[in-house]
Parts: sequence; structure tokens; C-alpha cells
Amino acid sequence: MLVIIFRRLGQSILVLFIVALISFLIFRYVGNPVDNLMGQEATLAQRAALIEALGLNDPFYKQYFNFIWKALQFDFGNSYRGALPVSELIASRLPATIELAVTSAFFALVLGVIIGIYTAINRGGYIANLILSTSLIGVSLPTFLIGVLLIWLFAVELKWLPSFGRGDVVQLGWWSTGFLTISGIKSLVLPSITLGLYQLTLIMRLTRSEMLEVMRQDYVRFAKALGLSSKQVNFNHALPNTLVPVITIAGLQLGSIVAFAIITETVFQWPGVGLLFINAVYFVDIPVMSAYLLLVGVLFVIINLIVDLLYLAIDPRLRDSNSSE
Amino acid sequence: MERFFKSDFFYDFLRAPVAIISFCVVALLVLSAIFAQFIAPTNPFDPASLELMNGFTPPMEPNMFTGDVFLLGADDQGRDLFSAILYGLRISLFVGIMAVSLAMVMGVLLGLIAGYVGGWLDNLIMRLADIQMTFPSILIAMLIFGVARGLLPPELRYEMAITVLIISIGLSEWVPFARTVRGTTMVEKEKEYVAAAQLIGLKRWQIMIRHILPNVLGPVLVIATITFALAIIAEASLSFLGVGAPRTEPSLGTLIRVGQDFLFSGEWWILLFPALTLLALALAVNLLGDWLRDTLNPRLK
Repeated sequence: MLVIIFRRLGQSILVLFIVALISFLIFRYVGNPVDNLMGQEATLAQRAALIEALGLNDPFYKQYFNFIWKALQFDFGNSYRGALPVSELIASRLPATIELAVTSAFFALVLGVIIGIYTAINRGGYIANLILSTSLIGVSLPTFLIGVLLIWLFAVELKWLPSFGRGDVVQLGWWSTGFLTISGIKSLVLPSITLGLYQLTLIMRLTRSEMLEVMRQDYVRFAKALGLSSKQVNFNHALPNTLVPVITIAGLQLGSIVAFAIITETVFQWPGVGLLFINAVYFVDIPVMSAYLLLVGVLFVIINLIVDLLYLAIDPRLRDSNSSE
Repeated sequence: MERFFKSDFFYDFLRAPVAIISFCVVALLVLSAIFAQFIAPTNPFDPASLELMNGFTPPMEPNMFTGDVFLLGADDQGRDLFSAILYGLRISLFVGIMAVSLAMVMGVLLGLIAGYVGGWLDNLIMRLADIQMTFPSILIAMLIFGVARGLLPPELRYEMAITVLIISIGLSEWVPFARTVRGTTMVEKEKEYVAAAQLIGLKRWQIMIRHILPNVLGPVLVIATITFALAIIAEASLSFLGVGAPRTEPSLGTLIRVGQDFLFSGEWWILLFPALTLLALALAVNLLGDWLRDTLNPRLK
């Protein structure tokens, strides 16, 4: 057991080093740190001095470890636009993205599980079939189109909800939250639905198929034979066994929520990290791109690691098959 | 040809109304994109054909200054929206097809090598695939796009935008092809015909390309269809975000981006018609992919 955990940890660290390498290569060779720090008038001597001071003449591995060492202290250099430190830029925008991602993940999980259970129990019913066929359109609808259509309906036509921004935010230390004001919560509604809708259809379909699978098992049939009411069978016996895979998949989906937040944040001009990244791509702001890659890489590796370890904890069969390898 | 019409595949197709409708929608859209210059009333990107007075003409209503009527209305610059959609569809489909081809060639080759040669090469390729699968492909495409922009001199960034777009989407989608082909190749290489080919002294690449490749193409076709839908959506998303096709060569995503700006002033048609076209295309390709997967995979029947 311990061996597997350590092997898995080792793999994660290796992946992190590779992500850091790509991030470093982008930082060092796609952008040109010297040109961006010095004007065109700089003399050759000044340039040489700066190159020496930045350590750009050092051997490759030394620069690479230097980059990692600085990244561990959250030093990613300065943004090419505005010359602010990248870490400050990201820190100021992180709360917006996290609040959006958490809200939409919560929305997708709760509603997805409820609708999934409903469609499984009422299999073949009129409403259940309608939900299933609508969900197929939901899968084909690109995220940005969902956002635009929601803006059109709820912001332009009905004028119920704001179409862009975070509304009023309250500052709690360095964290800015939109949960505490009415306009903040109103602003959160459309972006969270946009971001969560795809995950919702995914979780709904998964819950439905898992539930149908479990309902075929012997112990559910025996519970019915025992004379338990169908409510008791469905919720006390079938549901808990359905939720294990659903929650793991939902956890894995957190990563793609962060990625698709880029699109949602652009549609709603949500001042988060994703909008920062897309602007960086647009204006070729290399330090921001490189730092974002590293940040997202660390996040994804951690999510995958937790999910894998959870699997090990839940399913004893995995432990056996892995150790006999 | 006659063999095709008598095949199980065609028999199944005729009995799946969803597949027939989806196929017709895709065929209609592809044909109208190919013959755009004959169908479209105007060439939307020829500045001489644009009349600024026609700006914001609603669909099917004569313009109050010029009296021109547009089937789907006109955009802010007086461009016929129907023509713009046809040409935009052409760019979307072109990028999608090229990106899928790139992903397919790369994925199939790497999968064949990993499955047939094995050893450290297999390990290297599959670990690379694992790492890439950790990240959503749209994120990878954005990153490659950004890096490519950084490497290109500024004056080439607009000219090369479409090429860069194809490469970034293509490179972000090769993993599913490689995984499937590797798996099938490992099964195929144990079979007798491969042993026979080795015995008569054929070279490795000859066995891989001429003998194993034709036998792994079935699943590749299914993945290609599903990837095609993903590529079209990825292209539209990137163009919508402003990091894809430029306004001089607008795809459907670019048209939707432009349309969004005029939503608040009530010019809904500039957004709606490109959006509907994209939705129809993505939905039809997805349904076709689902049907192909179910039909070509007897286990799921």
C-alpha cells in the first residue's frame, strides 16, 4: 500500500518537473527578457551587463532550477504589460475565479445528481426522455454560446441579471468576495450556469447510468423482496453506491471547470485568472502565460493525485492488483 | 460501390433516421461551404461590394435608404449575413478538417510505433500522452496558439493565424488516436499475417503501414468523427475569444464574436444566424459520431 502511494507521488512530481520545464522553456526562449526590460537605446555593454545579472549566461540546468526556485517563492517576474509582478496580478484575480468555479461545480453536482436520480427512477417516462434528449443538445452547445444566449435572454431582453463583471465586492483581507452583496450574487448567477451546464449534463448522465447499473444488482433486488418500500431501496441502498464514481468524476471535472472558466470569464468580462490568461495570449505577455501554465499544472496534478488516492482508499481491489504487478 | 450498398453498414444506416438526418445536414453544410461563391449573392470580403448604408438591415426587410433586401439581414458594415455565414462555414470546416487530419496522422503514426516497436519508445510516447491528457485540450490549444504568436514576428501574426489555429487544435487532439491505435496494434502484431510478413523479410515500416494500418482504421474513423465535432467547437471558441481566425478571415466563431457586440442595441440577427449554423453543424456531427461508434462496435449493439 505504502509503496503504491510513494510510486504515485513520484509520478506526480515527475509530471510537475516536466510542466515546469515547458513553462520555463516558454518563459526563457519564446519571450525575450532583455528586450522587454531595456529600451531600444540600450548600449551593448548595458545589455551584456543585464544578461549577466539575469543569469542568462548560466548553463541550462542552472537556469531551469533557478526558475523553479523562484517559482516556489511565487516569483514569476514582471508582466510585459504594466510591469506589475505576475504573482500580484494572479493573486488579485484568483478569488474571482475560485468563487466562480466553486459555485458552478456545486450547482452542477447538486442539480446533476438530483436530475440523474429522477431520470433513472422514472426510466422511460415522458419527462425523463425529454430531459435526456435536451441534454444531448447541451453537450453540443459550445460554452461561449450558452453564455451569449443567457446574456441575450436574461440581461438584454428580461433585464433581470447583469451581463458582465462581478458587481460590488467586499474586501476580506486580500480576498475579495462577491458572496456578501446582492449585486455580487446576482452577477454570479449567469456565469455559474454557463460554466456548470456542461458538467451538469455529464454528471446527470453518469448518475443515471450508475444508478441503473446498481438497481440491477442482487442486493437491491433482495431489498425489494424483503418488502422495503421503493423509496427506502432507492435512497438507502442504491444511492450511496451510485455516488462514489459520481463524486470522483466530479472531482476530476474540477480541472476542466478551471480551463473552461477562461471562456466563461471572457464572455462575462469576469475579472478572474482566465481573463488574465486570454489577454496574455492576445498580447503575447509571456511571463503571465508561463506562470498560468505552472499554476494550472500544479492544480491538475494535485486533483489527479487526490482522486487516485481516493480510489485506492475506496476500492481494495485496486490495491491488490497494483501490488502484484 | 455495389458492395457498399449491400453491406451491413449501409443496411444499418437506412434504418437509423437520426443518422440519415444528421448525414443530410452535414452534407448540406459541407456542399454549401464548398460552393459558397456560386450560392452566395455577394462576396462578403470584397470591399467593393459593401454598401455602408446597408448596415444593420434586418432580415427580409428592405433597407430604408437603398431598398436592398437581405435573406438573413446585414451586419454593421452592410455585409450580407447569408454570404458571410457561407464563407465563415468554409473557414470553420477547413480548419476542422485540417486539424483532425493533423491529429489523425500524428496520433496514428505514434500509436503504430508505440504498439509495434514497444520498449522505451512506447514508454516515452504513452507517458507524453498521459501528461497531455491531464490538461483539457482547449487549454493546450490556447497555449500553443499563444506560444506560436510569441515566436512569429508581429507582421506575420495575422497572415499565419489560420495555420497557427490548425496546428494548435491538431496538436491538442492526437492522444485518443494514439491510444486506440496502440492498443489495436498490440493485438494485431501477434497475428499470423504479421509473422508471415516478418518471415519474408519485409521492413518494419512496411509491415506497419501496409499490413497493420488497414486493420486498425475502423476505430480511427469513429474517433475522427468525434474529434471533428470537438475541433469545430474548439475553433469556434478560440475565434470567439479573439485568439483564432481574424476578422479579415472570419469563421463562424468570429461572426458570433462580432454579433455579440450588437446584442444590446437590438440587432439580434447578426448573432443568431451564425450561432444556429454552428449549433446545427456541431449537433449533426456529434450525432453521426455517436451512431458510427454504436454501429462499428458490435459489443455495444
